[in-house]
Amino acid sequence: MGAVGFGFVYGLTARTRAAFSPIEASAMSLVAFGGAAQFAAIGYLVAGVSWPAIAVLTLLLNARHVLYSAALAPWFRGRSLPERAVAAHFLTDESFALSVAHFRRIGRFDPVGYWYPAIVATMIPWNIATLLGVTVGAAIVEPRKLGIDVIFPAAMGGLAVGLITGRRELAAAIAGALIGVAVSLAVSATAGVIAGGVVGPLIGLAIPPGEEA
Amino acid sequence: MSTELVPLAFLMWAVTYPSRAVGLLAPALERLPRRALEYLQLVGPAILAALAAVNTVIATGDDGRAFIVVGVAWIAVAVCIALVYWRRSLLLGLLAAVAIAVAGRAVGLN
Repeated sequence: MGAVGFGFVYGLTARTRAAFSPIEASAMSLVAFGGAAQFAAIGYLVAGVSWPAIAVLTLLLNARHVLYSAALAPWFRGRSLPERAVAAHFLTDESFALSVAHFRRIGRFDPVGYWYPAIVATMIPWNIATLLGVTVGAAIVEPRKLGIDVIFPAAMGGLAVGLITGRRELAAAIAGALIGVAVSLAVSATAGVIAGGVVGPLIGLAIPPGEEA
Repeated sequence: MSTELVPLAFLMWAVTYPSRAVGLLAPALERLPRRALEYLQLVGPAILAALAAVNTVIATGDDGRAFIVVGVAWIAVAVCIALVYWRRSLLLGLLAAVAIAVAGRAVGLN
């Protein structure tokens, strides 16, 4: 359900905020296949961020997958290289959370336990919902009247909350937001987003690790 | 129909795939300094929060200068964040945010 709802909202926002065509929105969902990064890319494009800078920001935002990949590696030990290579493309927050919980529960790797959440529960509904969202979005004349303009910042805030597991993450998020606004006012919105995303984690690192939130 | 952003999708894949594959294809991740891994873990919350804040409170004038704009979006985004924290449901938060924005503008708020 999450992939359906969020995919629809992504398609809708991509269309109403950044005028993505159905092909462009679908290419993002099929090829880049990273919910938060795709959403963020809408904001970057609206702010006029260059493609190389978008690539760097996407790399940073998706760098958490390094941790997921490392955590999954022991479960995939003994699987073929092609299977692991393809599995990597489908590694998302959702597929990681669902498959690791399943592997831990049964105590071993289970192909269905990875491929079902990765493709049937995430990839397919995400892409269908994206297409629906971008199609519906094309018919909306005044998105602001329907409150659609608040979806993007609300989604970003909600996604940030989902990644906060301790006080370091909380400090990084607060610092990222404050630095983002301050630098936006002093320089530009583009510079603000980049500064918040790059400097915020340094503030988080300065906080001693504590109990999980 | 525009296909201008399709190469960007491939560019985003090109910078995302290695982070997804590194552990599965070359399980030598422990060689990365611990501090670097900790930094990477904090990037997600920071960049998403920066995007949320900038897109909620900053507007850009015709002269290109950024300024703070106060409006119902502040309340909508704050309620969404609170609901996601409380109920762990992004969809619920987004629905509430949209409802607040629609209601606020119906009564004349910015």
